[in-house]
Amino acid sequence: MSSRVKNKQPTKMVPVPSHSIIPERDIDKAPILECQHLGIDFGGLTAVNDFNLTVGRTEIAGLIGPNGAGKTTVFNLLTKVYQPTRGTILLDGKDTHGMNTVQVNRAGIARTFQNIRLFDKLTVEDNVKIGLHNQIRYPMWSGVLRLPSYWKKEKLAHESAMELLHIFDMEDLANHQAGSLPYGAQRRLEIVRALATNPSLLLLDEPAAGMNPSETADLMENILKIRDTFQIAIMLIEHDMSLVMGICEGICVLNFGQVIAKGTPAEIQANPKVIEAYLGSQKKEG
Amino acid sequence: MSLLNNLINGISLGSVYAIIALGYTMVYGIAKMLNFAHGDVIMVGAYICFFATGQFGLPPVVGVILAMVVCTVLGVVIERLAYKPLRQAPSLAVLITAIGVSYFLQNSALLLWKSDPKSFTSVVGKGSFKLFDGQLTITHVALVTVVACIVIMLALTWFTGNTKMGKAMRACSEDKGAALLMGIDVNRTISMTFAIGSALAAIAGALYCSTYPTLMPTTGSLPGIKAFTAAVFGGIGSIPGAMLGGILLGVIEIFAKAFNTQISDAVVFAVLIIVLLVKPAGLLGKTVREKV
Amino acid sequence: MKKLTPSRKRLINNSITYGMVIAAFVIIQIMKAGGMLSSSLQGLLVPICAYVTMAIALNLVVGISGELSLGHAGFMSVGAFSGMVFNIAMQSAIPVAPLRLLCAMLVGAVFAGIAGVIVGVPVLRLRGDYLAIVTLAFGEIIKNIINILYIGVDENGLHFSTQNEAALGLAEGGKAILKGPLGVTTNVKLSTFTAGFILVLVAITVVLNLVNSRTGRAVMALRDNRIAAESVGIGATKYKLIAFVTSAVLAGAAGALYAMNYSSVAAKQFDFNASILILVFVVLGGLGNIRGSIIAAALLYVLPELLRDFYDFRMLIYAIVLILVMLATNNPTFKQFFGGLFARLGRGSRKGGAQE
Repeated sequence: MSSRVKNKQPTKMVPVPSHSIIPERDIDKAPILECQHLGIDFGGLTAVNDFNLTVGRTEIAGLIGPNGAGKTTVFNLLTKVYQPTRGTILLDGKDTHGMNTVQVNRAGIARTFQNIRLFDKLTVEDNVKIGLHNQIRYPMWSGVLRLPSYWKKEKLAHESAMELLHIFDMEDLANHQAGSLPYGAQRRLEIVRALATNPSLLLLDEPAAGMNPSETADLMENILKIRDTFQIAIMLIEHDMSLVMGICEGICVLNFGQVIAKGTPAEIQANPKVIEAYLGSQKKEG
Repeated sequence: MSLLNNLINGISLGSVYAIIALGYTMVYGIAKMLNFAHGDVIMVGAYICFFATGQFGLPPVVGVILAMVVCTVLGVVIERLAYKPLRQAPSLAVLITAIGVSYFLQNSALLLWKSDPKSFTSVVGKGSFKLFDGQLTITHVALVTVVACIVIMLALTWFTGNTKMGKAMRACSEDKGAALLMGIDVNRTISMTFAIGSALAAIAGALYCSTYPTLMPTTGSLPGIKAFTAAVFGGIGSIPGAMLGGILLGVIEIFAKAFNTQISDAVVFAVLIIVLLVKPAGLLGKTVREKV
Repeated sequence: MKKLTPSRKRLINNSITYGMVIAAFVIIQIMKAGGMLSSSLQGLLVPICAYVTMAIALNLVVGISGELSLGHAGFMSVGAFSGMVFNIAMQSAIPVAPLRLLCAMLVGAVFAGIAGVIVGVPVLRLRGDYLAIVTLAFGEIIKNIINILYIGVDENGLHFSTQNEAALGLAEGGKAILKGPLGVTTNVKLSTFTAGFILVLVAITVVLNLVNSRTGRAVMALRDNRIAAESVGIGATKYKLIAFVTSAVLAGAAGALYAMNYSSVAAKQFDFNASILILVFVVLGGLGNIRGSIIAAALLYVLPELLRDFYDFRMLIYAIVLILVMLATNNPTFKQFFGGLFARLGRGSRKGGAQE
């Protein structure tokens, strides 16, 4: 995507535009993710078609569009919850064709879910430790027999989990049951769990849904902090335009499974097609 | 000729499986639960029919109708007491409850009617048609069973396609929430499904025991499980699927029996496993995608 | 009171479980020495240990892994028969009884583990009700196969047949061990209560240690949310299989222990009813609650034996209890009612202390 342009006066047709809060900095635009002609059909219905997108190594990209536009489907294609009918996905130049969800995660894509999917009955700490599954490893029998490697790696897992929880200042909640957390905390925990898998691309599906404005503001700062600390690419689906316009360097607009616009926040805000998709056609029928 | 005889026996047995499988498939399609106790409703039906015709000397048709009435009530009561409170519960809990109900019926029967096998008198009579100089035998039971199965399947297909209740059933099987919003009484529809399934179980019980006359409290469980296999085989939720699966399974079982009696059940279950692995949705079923 | 951290709570909980089992063993040994145990009750000690182990093993699958297995008696059966064949065939080679028992249990565990892999690889790709029904099918298939299997031994080694005893073609001095539907009738009894106690301890250790490790967390993650678990790189089949096979291995050892308590064992003893009995133990003890499984299995196995008059009603009452427990734990109205009931009972016996 094109480089970040300094924020201009928002076009008045687009809902809730806002100021960019990203400080001036160089971002690594060498592609980590390349989607080429990606598409999927459900039965006879084409849910996503000819989806092309490139995301840079430390870029924050937004995926927006009206409800039912196919945004979550794109995430499901990237993480191979659905196998694409057409097209290729290159992650760090490597084709992910034939991989399943597990392999894609190991290759470096982690995600959160629109309808939160935590391990409700387990503690917050265990949720993060499960995210660390492939990062801190020891064999099964070491656990059963309580060999020294078990104690060493468990200690490491505990420390890493606490360190990750610190991003959102959630260490105090470590012993709580994940399902009992308030909504916002559950969303944050999902992000921490995804980060624990050490991804190079983090997919956030409506991270600010259900959050109040001050929580959203915190989240925006935290997303930037995550990108800067971990030096990873983040792609997010969000309906809160202040968040999208505020932190995304590049935005892709989807409608009826088709990309209708790509560009910087400013370009998107000025794009008549986007305005039409959100507000309906200006022309009256008949 | 023995091949043809086996085929006829297989289709007859398969028709019984098909009738039972219809009950499974309708309940599974609409309530999304595996009614493990369905096989034991068959057993209850057979006992009622046995006592009505044997003990009280009622004509067979009355016996079967009485069994249908009792089973219908039983099915609805089971649904109300055991399954309805668990509408929102995880499927594991519902399945364990259904197993509990199955055991409850079996052991109640054991206490009421004792474990000694009863010899069931055929509701159709013992006659048979002999063709090709007696080389090929078609019993009246076999004929009635096959005809009953076809009639029931056609009637159910018409019912689900053309009546208001039938359409409500299809709506509930697609999306209970949406059906509720459209003013469909979901609880009543599910009760109705259990009623129909249980009435069919009574018919199946009478026909099964007419062919295999040993009646015990455990009589229903094996045909029940096999009929579920048949329903899965044909594609659960599909009425023609249940019929197709039932008949195929019956034929496979009879041929396996001709080969080796001891392992015929193993063959039937092996078929189930292979079907589920190769085509999890069954022959005529459709795959459902989990929403993420 | 200071709030306990989960790891500390876990430590206390596990200590109670181990302590309870060890205390029970010591008390029973003292009672045995003092002649306070009737011979019929003494005869139950080994089967109790076997069924406690079965309950722990099944809880690993149903409670921890969240998959319903209706064929666990099949694994018990595999363990029982492979153990017995080993026992009889190796009678002269390994004369020391405890060592032979240990080896027989290992053999039973290995064969049941192999059966677990054979069953698990295809089955665990399925989900929910289908998985349950297929495990049931496998249980029946295992029973059917053992029913037609004939195994004999002579100086040339083991002989197998699916026809009859004569088809084994045994040499002079050889003997048939497994005789199809008759099962094994010439088994040498080896099991002791101490062996059973050790097996129970091993089962507890394996399951509790597994649960509190990386592997166990992966298994529970898959139970709680399969899609989320896969999204963080946990392969469903592998971890479901680990839980399933571990459970089968324990079931096999329990089966061998159980069989070694009798001189004659037939395949029909390990039918669907046996699988359900174990499931009842697990459900009543609480899904995922190992201590509950142990208590439920021990009590429910002994009670009907003690109250002979009640025997006919046993399965009926189990059925009713099974239904009621499911309703009580899964229906909001029932939950509230029973919750209130237990709270009142709890207040009567304890002072305040919150129930975990």
